[in-house]
Amino acid sequence: MAAKTIISRPIYGTLSPQPGKHHLFLADAEGALAIVDMARTAPPGFFDGAEIVFIPGPDGKHVGALEALKPAQFHQAPSFASLLPRLKQTLTNAHMGLRLYLAGTEGLIGQAMQVALEAGIDHTSMQTEHRGSLARRMQCVHCKGITENVTTQPATCAHCGLLLLVRDHYSRRLAAFQGVCINAEDRSEIPPIEEAFP
Amino acid sequence: MSTGTTKLDVVVSDVVPVNDLVTRFHFRRRDGELLPTFSGGAHVVVEMRDGERTRLNPYSLMGSPLDTREYTISVRRDDVGRGGSLFMHRSVKPGLEMVISYPVNLFSLDLRAKKHLMLAGGIGITPFMAQTAQLAGEGGNFELHYTCRTASLGTYADVLRERYDRRIRLYHDDREERIELDRLLSTQPLGTHLYVCGPAGMINWVRDRAASLGWPSEAVHFEHFAAPQPGLPFDVTLAVSGKTIRVGEQQSLLEAIEAAGVDPPYLCRGGVCGQCETNVISHDGKFIHNDHWLSEEEHRSGCKIMPCVSRFEGRSLVLER
Ligand code: FES
Repeated sequence: MAAKTIISRPIYGTLSPQPGKHHLFLADAEGALAIVDMARTAPPGFFDGAEIVFIPGPDGKHVGALEALKPAQFHQAPSFASLLPRLKQTLTNAHMGLRLYLAGTEGLIGQAMQVALEAGIDHTSMQTEHRGSLARRMQCVHCKGITENVTTQPATCAHCGLLLLVRDHYSRRLAAFQGVCINAEDRSEIPPIEEAFP
Repeated sequence: MSTGTTKLDVVVSDVVPVNDLVTRFHFRRRDGELLPTFSGGAHVVVEMRDGERTRLNPYSLMGSPLDTREYTISVRRDDVGRGGSLFMHRSVKPGLEMVISYPVNLFSLDLRAKKHLMLAGGIGITPFMAQTAQLAGEGGNFELHYTCRTASLGTYADVLRERYDRRIRLYHDDREERIELDRLLSTQPLGTHLYVCGPAGMINWVRDRAASLGWPSEAVHFEHFAAPQPGLPFDVTLAVSGKTIRVGEQQSLLEAIEAAGVDPPYLCRGGVCGQCETNVISHDGKFIHNDHWLSEEEHRSGCKIMPCVSRFEGRSLVLER
């Protein structure tokens, strides 16, 4: 789980079953295990009103474990981008009482949160649990381009090629961390690049 | 002293009977200036000089926040209450100079909401008068469900119907009309915020149903001014100011502390804002907690009390103040 460093740094919790009849789960890769763990404490019949949307990791694991929970609906997607239209549609048609549960990487949680905020769900009323990779979604403050799955410190911007220090400053609006040029004075100075967000 | 609020010198510019129980009061500034801006849901504390006694009662501002030439409040007469509303009804006449607090809002609209669903019971309609005026001015999306005992006691129901037409739904107890709460709550679009003001029973019912239907508590707002309850007299020692005082049967602990010349903070005088929270140094007896501020655990711990609404029965009580 990610450590709390500065105020804008999101803090994640542990999924817990909320009262209500409609539950929407969004998870990627290891996030599936957060749902499976939560299911142990869920009241009987909880998944009768649940929809699970899952983006499996490259190893394709955990699909069976989620299906075994027998949710009312189960849906798989190859990427967040591909499930976005469906998610927006679901939220547009949803009523108060729908509970949202997000589990997995920060990139998934952050982006899903962004869509949910727009739909009118307060961020404090979403259930989140960080699982799996610490990879970050990063915005380059210079060219504004977003680079997904950043695991190193510093990291190269996929758009403008600058070498960026990945900061803990997080923007909820962009669902991304800020990356700031680390060698602006002397571009030939290349600090050691380390794996920081495995 | 009311924390963070200064006082306003006002004159009663009009007194208008609304129905058998409710009277409306209009206030203007004595110096003729505009009154401070406020937002829908705000209240002021009205000081009443009733002979020897000073009564301080909170009332919601019900005028439009877009017009600050005057403030208006509506007071429901409570014949068995502690006398504040009776004083307003009997003794407050146009031309009377009074002192009121700056407005404070403990029941504000969440303007990020996609829709505002309002539920009012009885005199609980007053904050919604201002909120609907504010939202209508901003083109806001709202719907108000208003329950009253009979049509003739539906304070301002006609005004609201006239102004907002279908956005107002009325329910009359004498015609056995009830809000279909579960259906209402389950069919609201995502991003709706719920506001409820009325008797304690109604607020509890609505909050309960909303919670079990999956409404997050952040989207549920409520306002209930619990009037201080009378009870057995008791003695209190105030450690910091070194005074021992008696709290009368009809007096609240906060009023007794004020009468002793101590100036404790307050905002709502109704057990909801948390301003008057006071540490208990020692006690021998039992607390009668009437507030909605402290947690149950804090109530049980016996370490804190909200003097605006809570009382004590027993041999000794020492508070920090
Ligand atoms: S004054 Fe608000 S809780 Fe006592």
